[in-house]
Amino acid sequence: MPDYETFERDVLVIGAGGAGLRAAIEASAAGVSVGLVCKSLLGKAHTVMAEGGIAAALANVDERDNWKVHFSDTMRGGQYVNNWRMAELHAREAPDRVRELEAWGAVFDRTKDGRILQRNFGGHKYARLAHVGDRTGLEMIRTLQDHGIHQGIDVYMEHTILSLLKDGDRVVGAFGYERERGRFKIFRAKAIVLATGGIGRAYKITSNSWEYTGDGHSLAYDAGAELIDMEFVQFHPTGMVWPPSVSGILVTEGVRGDGGILTNKEGRRFMFDDIPASYKAQTADNEEEGWRYCQGDKNARRPPELLTRDHVSRCIVREIKEGRGSPHGGVFLDISWIKQKLPNSAEYIKRKLPSMYHQFKQLADIDITEQAMEVGPTTHYIMGGVRVDPDTQMSRLPGLFAAGECAAGINGANRLGGNSLSDLLVFGKRAGEFAAKFAKENSLGEVDNDKIETTAREALAAFERAGNENPYQVQHDLQEIMQHSVGIVRNENEMKPVLDRLKEFRDRANGVRVIGNREFNPGWHTALDLKNLLTVSEAIACAALERKESRGAQFREDYPNKDEALGKVNTIVSKAADGSMQVRLEPIQEMPDNLKQVIEENR
Amino acid sequence: MKTATFKIWRGDAKGGEFHDYTTEISEGMVVLDAVNHIQATQANDLACRWNCKAGKCGSCSAEVNGMPKLMCMTRMSELPLDRPITVEPMKAFPVLRDLITDVSWNFRVKKKIKKFKPRPPDAPDGTWRMQQEDIDRVQEFRKCIECFLCQDVCHVLRDHQMHEQFIGPRFLIHVAALEMHPLDTENRIDELRNTQGIGYCNITKCCTKVCPESIEITDNGIIPLKERVVDEFYDPFGWIWRTLKRLSDKGLK
Ligand code: SF4
Ligand code: SF4
Ligand code: FES
Repeated sequence: MPDYETFERDVLVIGAGGAGLRAAIEASAAGVSVGLVCKSLLGKAHTVMAEGGIAAALANVDERDNWKVHFSDTMRGGQYVNNWRMAELHAREAPDRVRELEAWGAVFDRTKDGRILQRNFGGHKYARLAHVGDRTGLEMIRTLQDHGIHQGIDVYMEHTILSLLKDGDRVVGAFGYERERGRFKIFRAKAIVLATGGIGRAYKITSNSWEYTGDGHSLAYDAGAELIDMEFVQFHPTGMVWPPSVSGILVTEGVRGDGGILTNKEGRRFMFDDIPASYKAQTADNEEEGWRYCQGDKNARRPPELLTRDHVSRCIVREIKEGRGSPHGGVFLDISWIKQKLPNSAEYIKRKLPSMYHQFKQLADIDITEQAMEVGPTTHYIMGGVRVDPDTQMSRLPGLFAAGECAAGINGANRLGGNSLSDLLVFGKRAGEFAAKFAKENSLGEVDNDKIETTAREALAAFERAGNENPYQVQHDLQEIMQHSVGIVRNENEMKPVLDRLKEFRDRANGVRVIGNREFNPGWHTALDLKNLLTVSEAIACAALERKESRGAQFREDYPNKDEALGKVNTIVSKAADGSMQVRLEPIQEMPDNLKQVIEENR
Repeated sequence: MKTATFKIWRGDAKGGEFHDYTTEISEGMVVLDAVNHIQATQANDLACRWNCKAGKCGSCSAEVNGMPKLMCMTRMSELPLDRPITVEPMKAFPVLRDLITDVSWNFRVKKKIKKFKPRPPDAPDGTWRMQQEDIDRVQEFRKCIECFLCQDVCHVLRDHQMHEQFIGPRFLIHVAALEMHPLDTENRIDELRNTQGIGYCNITKCCTKVCPESIEITDNGIIPLKERVVDEFYDPFGWIWRTLKRLSDKGLK
């Protein structure tokens, strides 16, 4: 075997967005040595794109808020297939995690009495999102980054992991390459935390960058961990639709939280037309009340634009399908209308939504203080991911932990806006804490040299092939299929054939040819990422077929209603002994009475 | 459909040259779209960095027609299409490959800056109180996306290569953000003058002009820092007096 450079750390964290950074900080604070692998440069992960805020029941703006209301909102939003224990921990611990950021230097917007300001967001009963204008993710990642670099964490920037290494059942290392020279590296660790984020690149229209190819999902699956809830892919209702080159780029829900309204080409606020029964009691039934809510009137109920993302996305799709969309195939999102209400509306908008103002001005020639935006759904987030223990974040493989978007459980069938940043903090911390504990109790294992050799050989094969398949083309074609057949509106006739098509794609992926050499070669990197994209695409399609109902983010035309029995199960995807993908339904553990009561009290 | 010709620098530390590519231009396209399209269809191994495509991550810095820019925020419609558009890597950092430079120096510099050190919490529950008007300036600096374009244009780094003596505008405003943070109690003035080389900045304001986040790097950040340095070194008693007063104005006992 060639002599690959080898690193040894107590804990290795793979992924350096909010969850990975938080995990690394916690582990190193526990006194173990920590390595942090990031696919891009440090501080560039998708967390940076998060705009709206961090959901935490600080009760700074509305004293009626507390963890119980947050917990109930999260469960309702997730349509009760969430892991209730994770939802509970998340709601209880998020406030401390936010306050901790302030102690590390984050500078949140303030209330009049000098505390952290909170804003309204979809599905949250009270103003709950701690924020910094509309660049909260940047503030969060920078704070964690600047705190983390003084903790003695070893950061491996622009490295990608290709496989996990096992010693028996236990995960004891990872094998990957650095982009700069294309050299392979071995990482030996007593515990590993996956924090690789999402799978957005499996779809054509997405808010995710090139990095989000389901790496953690696929690494864990291949190593023998289970994936859960993979059918639930969140299509954020408001992505840019025009001009074409920017389609999919996120438009924060904060626009609606601050008074923005959705209209169709007839100028109708179509969100009033369909308010789900479970939200009737807490949704405004007239425009005036909705506006009062956005202005902080505690007696007003929230406008229907702030219903959950799954529902808003579907209403938008309906408007477009029925011919009431905007000129470029979206609907209108209008914040400029508030000039009827506020004398200094342009200033207000620029202060509350500075980067949205900037983004539309520069990329679409639209002044959002004067004109409506055109928006449509964009692939944003996957609720599904590695199945973990709710308290420790360990998967079923000893030594393998997961946190953040690549782990699953807290969000159920649909994630509320703002619950992602808090999830990253709460479970990033827990993963780091328990990974450090595991590392202290275990020694380094033996890495599997055969696995290293096969991985290396497969990775280099693309340079030697005679074929002429272009890796970018394969990725593009896969995105088309997923978008079309396993997208917002699904049915069995569309999805069944996808499974066969994915087999063809696997052959194509095995036939791609890479030009150039190993040094910083994006064509090669794209080719290597295809395997992960195919794994998560298959998992999404399998789980979506298995759940024969519509719930949260999963909408099945052939089963348009909720099925009570399916509301008590999760879909679990795992790799069978023969290497094939297996999917099964598993009952959700019964919720304890105290939590049931909390939900009852907050109906 | 309209087409545009690009001259993209390809090469590595040993050297390189411009290669010509022609690609179609659609409405609203930015330079990064064109580069990504060329990469996907004509040059799979063309190395460039990008993440967000929306001016938020600071990955896609390059020089477009000689101007330091974020490729994802540079519209094709701003550029004359009658002649080739040149795209080349930043000049203040060593080239790794094609449009990618080695920016690791920046990460090393940041590590050496003393970290945030807050005063004890104001409230029994461990939280602090700050007024919005007292943090506006710090929030302005914290908009920085670490694209390093300001570092790229600063002549002290770009022309004089004084990376060992001078931390550059990005990190001067990082220090400014810490120094002006209402909760911070650390003092970073000594090293600003000595190891961090604030004196090398002669306020040309080139950094401010290229900042995609429109941060007033010089007027709001560097100049006030320079004043603090002058105060502390040449009028130490006055400085102590003013600092105490500033802190007591903020309600610190
Ligand atoms: S103002 Fe100072 S820091 Fe900015 S470019 Fe000029 S010399 Fe460099
Ligand atoms: S200060 Fe402006 S130009 Fe400099 S790195 Fe930050 S965002 Fe870029
Ligand atoms: S890609 Fe993020 S700033 Fe250009």
